[in-house]
Amino acid sequence: MNTKATEPGRTKRRWYILVFLAPATLIYTIFAIYPIIESLRLSLYTAGDGQASFIGIANYLKLLGEPYWADQFWNAFKNNVVLFIMHMLIQNPIALALAALLSIPTLKGTAIYRTVFFLPTLLSVVVVGFIWQLILSPLWGVTPDAMKALGLGQWFRPWLGLESSALVTVTLISIWQYVGIPLMLFYAALLNIPEETIEAARIDGLNGWWIFWKVKLPLILPTLGLVAILTYIGNFTASFDLIYSIQGGLAGPDFSTDVMGTFLFRSFFGFQAQLGDQYMGATVASALFFIILVGVGCYLFGVQRKLQRYDS
Amino acid sequence: MRRTRDHLTSTAIHTVLIAWTLLALFPLVLILINSLKTRKAIFGDALGLPTGKALSFKGYESVLTNSDFPLFFSNSLTVTCVSLFFILLFGAMAAHAVSEYEFKGNTLISLYLIVGIMVPIRLGTVALLNLIVKLGLTNTLTALILVYTAQGLPIAIFIFSEFLRSVSREIKDSARIDGLSEYRIFFEVVLPLVRPVIATVAVFSMIPIWNDLWFPLILSPGEETRTVTLGVQQFIGQYTVKWGSVLAALSVAIMPVLVMYIIFSRQLIRGITTGAVKG
Repeated sequence: MNTKATEPGRTKRRWYILVFLAPATLIYTIFAIYPIIESLRLSLYTAGDGQASFIGIANYLKLLGEPYWADQFWNAFKNNVVLFIMHMLIQNPIALALAALLSIPTLKGTAIYRTVFFLPTLLSVVVVGFIWQLILSPLWGVTPDAMKALGLGQWFRPWLGLESSALVTVTLISIWQYVGIPLMLFYAALLNIPEETIEAARIDGLNGWWIFWKVKLPLILPTLGLVAILTYIGNFTASFDLIYSIQGGLAGPDFSTDVMGTFLFRSFFGFQAQLGDQYMGATVASALFFIILVGVGCYLFGVQRKLQRYDS
Repeated sequence: MRRTRDHLTSTAIHTVLIAWTLLALFPLVLILINSLKTRKAIFGDALGLPTGKALSFKGYESVLTNSDFPLFFSNSLTVTCVSLFFILLFGAMAAHAVSEYEFKGNTLISLYLIVGIMVPIRLGTVALLNLIVKLGLTNTLTALILVYTAQGLPIAIFIFSEFLRSVSREIKDSARIDGLSEYRIFFEVVLPLVRPVIATVAVFSMIPIWNDLWFPLILSPGEETRTVTLGVQQFIGQYTVKWGSVLAALSVAIMPVLVMYIIFSRQLIRGITTGAVKG
């Protein structure tokens, strides 16, 4: 640690450090940190007579207490939880399985598979949303025809348009697109396991299946934690784009696909008869901030600490 | 015995991987081939190739002539490239400062700069819009560039500084002995050193910028400053009945990403995997 460059600067001010830090710190503070803190502050105000007036936590009480707001809030929150659980139970296991197969050293053609698997992730959510909307549309008929050919014709439904299936369908589309990210993280972690460790397990008589469960999986647990927290954050913020482009700002049918992102958008900008309210928008955003904070807190203090035991 | 079993296992593995390959490619191929067909062929034979009588460029014609797609493209390209340039340059500078020099508050400022990875900037949207209005930057590309630069810096600084901490100090120290100024050390020694992780940082910052719908929709929804993502969203919203145009618009939005990806996928994936290993 003492090897750091301390010599030239002890006597005179080292302005270059400031020069190196200033651009990033300024832009980041003004356009990322300040707006978040200012939004937290705005959530404690309401529109007065041309002047914002301080009302404490009244906005939060309104959000959780008034049926108009509370119904939407809990509905969006519940949908986000469903979204998160489905990603954890479907997307991440698929990603792990595909990564485990790809990391088999003797397998041929891994470069091509990797390239294809990551491709949907690169595309715009808007584009992906519309593509699936067209494919699943009863108007075009690609899906009903394909199902008829397989003898499943009578099972076809306009899934995106039905209250009971819209959320699950949207989630599956999101999984199709984003499986590439956890896949790459798992893949990189699996490649990083030293060859000797696996060789030692093989000499102990374990086959490929058991090497994966007993040796590799415990070693990539930190990546599992990382994927979980990234899924959590993305789920609460990024899900807006997909829902908004497939189902619109009203997250239809009948709010069955409403998530915190679309709820925030509506409370800030208003919709139909409801006028937009920046203070309620800030309140929803701040509620989201605390939800994410809880997740990150769990990750840093719980998961991280438990995982470190495996590390050492 | 063992040989046939290995053969079977390998066939099973390839079957699974090929199945997912088809699932990943099918929707894209379907859109691309149908964008080149007549309306009759789109509905009559969706899986057929665009040959003979089925071939039609009508969709592309209407997209490229009746809309501002070329403009949307140049908007997206400008925003993405300029933001990326600032993220890479300012990110590398800050990462260099915190990983190279010992000074008071070093740990604190490093933590401050990377906390943005965990707290999405979207949460500050309300105040951010107020700020952009106050600065008179609504409906400008500058607003988007500033916001995306701020959004991309934390992860860039994190990846760069992890990488720089693992790099040997000898090269920098020998440059110092040669009498190079700290600025020249950064530009002539450190920047070439971080080249291997630039791909990683670029991917992590570029994809969310190019594909973002939220900030273009809120900060610059005007016709003049629309990005491709927002442009496609609005265009399709207007023309839902004109299938040829919708399919062509989607294809136009996919193609540049596809071409870039085919050219750079090797470096890109190597960048992601090595970068993630380092981080």
